[in-house]
Amino acid sequence: MPMHWPEDLTSTALSGRMPPGPWPDERWSTLFRQARVAGLLGRVAAQLDESGRAGPAAAARHAEAALRVCRAQQDEICREIRFIQHALAGLGAPVVLLKGAAYVMAGLPAAQGRVFSDIDIMVPKAVLAQAESMLMLGGWMTTHHTAYDQRYYRQWMHELPPMEHVQRSTVLDVHHTILPETARLRPDPHKLFEASEAVPGQTGLRMLCAPDMVLHSMTHLFMNDDMNHALRDLSDLDLLLRHFARDAQFWTQLVERAALLDLRRPLFYGLRYTARLLGTPVAPQASAALRSAAPGAALLKLMDAIWLRALRSPHPATAPAGRAAALGALYVRGHWLRMPPLLLARHLTIKALRRHEGETPPEPETPH
Amino acid sequence: MTTLLQSLGADATRRALRSPGGLLLQMGPFVARLATRIPAVSTAIETLYAAYPVASADTFVDFDVGVHRPASWRHWWQPQVVFSFEGQEPFNPLPGGQGFPLLEWGLNWCVYGICHQYLILHAAVLERNGRALVLPAPSGSGKSTLCSALLFSGWRLLSDELTLICPKQGHIVPNPRPVSLKNDSIDVIRRFAPQMRLGSTVRDTVKGVVAHFAAPPDAVRAAHQPATPGWIVLPKYVAGSPARLEPIERARAFMQLVENAFNYDLFGAEGFNLVGSVIDRSACFSFEYSDVHEAAALFARLADGQADGQEPTAH
Repeated sequence: MPMHWPEDLTSTALSGRMPPGPWPDERWSTLFRQARVAGLLGRVAAQLDESGRAGPAAAARHAEAALRVCRAQQDEICREIRFIQHALAGLGAPVVLLKGAAYVMAGLPAAQGRVFSDIDIMVPKAVLAQAESMLMLGGWMTTHHTAYDQRYYRQWMHELPPMEHVQRSTVLDVHHTILPETARLRPDPHKLFEASEAVPGQTGLRMLCAPDMVLHSMTHLFMNDDMNHALRDLSDLDLLLRHFARDAQFWTQLVERAALLDLRRPLFYGLRYTARLLGTPVAPQASAALRSAAPGAALLKLMDAIWLRALRSPHPATAPAGRAAALGALYVRGHWLRMPPLLLARHLTIKALRRHEGETPPEPETPH
Repeated sequence: MTTLLQSLGADATRRALRSPGGLLLQMGPFVARLATRIPAVSTAIETLYAAYPVASADTFVDFDVGVHRPASWRHWWQPQVVFSFEGQEPFNPLPGGQGFPLLEWGLNWCVYGICHQYLILHAAVLERNGRALVLPAPSGSGKSTLCSALLFSGWRLLSDELTLICPKQGHIVPNPRPVSLKNDSIDVIRRFAPQMRLGSTVRDTVKGVVAHFAAPPDAVRAAHQPATPGWIVLPKYVAGSPARLEPIERARAFMQLVENAFNYDLFGAEGFNLVGSVIDRSACFSFEYSDVHEAAALFARLADGQADGQEPTAH
């Protein structure tokens, strides 16, 4: 990474590369504010807690606040999962928890200090309609009511339109595979279900096996178009890798599963950037085995230039020159990888023609 | 030595607000970095935050905020202002004249959206003899009007909008900021307290006409002194009604605090116990009024223990 780029303190803190000795208050403040914008303040606070490193009193107060939000959200996730379990009890097919929901229920370190916006589950496509109606009986209703949106999700995507619970307003994404039906890479969902494992201590709930969980996290990051939480996703990946790598077989299995699921390229990028930015230890044999999955030298140089700009806190103080262009390129790339050109052109046109629906102005006087 | 904003002078204030480092102001327990290039907003900050300490550049900054003209060709025919938080713009722009109210709303949003080290109530809060009077109420209930009348009648302002309860000590942490008045209450308070330093009046906001006046300098100086919960009063403006204070059941007061809390759901059992301990230490009333003089006189008697109603019971 070029030396003249402003330091991304969030990565520094998460990689355990914080220089020892006292930090000035101003620097703590910068770290906390940058981490907050990246959605990573809870995680930074949790890791500081664990390493026994404490900032000034003001930092401790923000850490307390951020961890309180994480705790409350994780309690809510656990509660919601009970409701989902109940609603889908008679489905007769595996219900696989994805991403954050799996990390929380399996007690993985990647749950630490993580914030959530929704819950993701995956069921086999054959029972998707049945799962949807069972969830509707449980109070979850479909959102995105325009005909185009419904078609976009149901025909082309890998998930139903997000479902929202009528009373609790929680959002549930029901997937049937991990990448859109229209995407360039098509990992076979049967293989994901076959290799899935029971969530310890939970009846009727499954999660992806360790290598698949890592691969899913990587596809999510490296094929997405929205980079606002890119660093958070990278940090999830880092924590998953560090945790699973305690099993000696893990790296071999990871490389094998990547080949089986057609996901070697995302794995190559994932390992490259977690190691570079967060200091994740990667087994040399895994790096060697993935060398053939790397793009050509020129493309790799371009991808480095783009990803190293994107995988930072979105805080403007950390933005290196060319960040906006990098994000724009990734937006296009994310869409390009998700849909064939004609479909993509159509989708982007429809999105552009729609009136921009922004957020309403602040109404701080209304509690919510 | 603390430097107050007023000793900086108008030019230096404006320069600081335009500089990359912004203007660092201590506001109760928080330090905000403020930035703006809009002259009217500079002037409002300079007037309404005159008594606030300027924090040094090496301080821990809690929020980095600003109001700016959005970069858009639209600026030429319809000036707008936009609130920025850590370089992000979380809200849609507002009409150009609403810069200062937008900054205040944005700062409130920072407090109730981030500072979950406190249980935060949508309530005005004042102090007398070390005890806090909490006025929880939704908008439009006459809470700000009552709060304004009281702070010109011997009560110390802790906040006109956000009551911060510390879960560890159970006390209420002051966060005195400019007080916002709306519509008719602007004239009511102008007549009640001619000494009030009112900033400029902004029309046609989502809340109608809005004006801010500066928190009394004494309240700003005492911003580090917390207060113990003493009274919970649910205020309601009722046209033509005499000032009437009526004891209410603790359970109802409890529910009112919960309903007016921004982040009760984050606290779990701790929040239940905390609200309970606030109720236990407070006398709880509902209050109807139409005349601010009458209201101020009644609350003076309440503070001296002479008003009707129950006395707080010790636990």
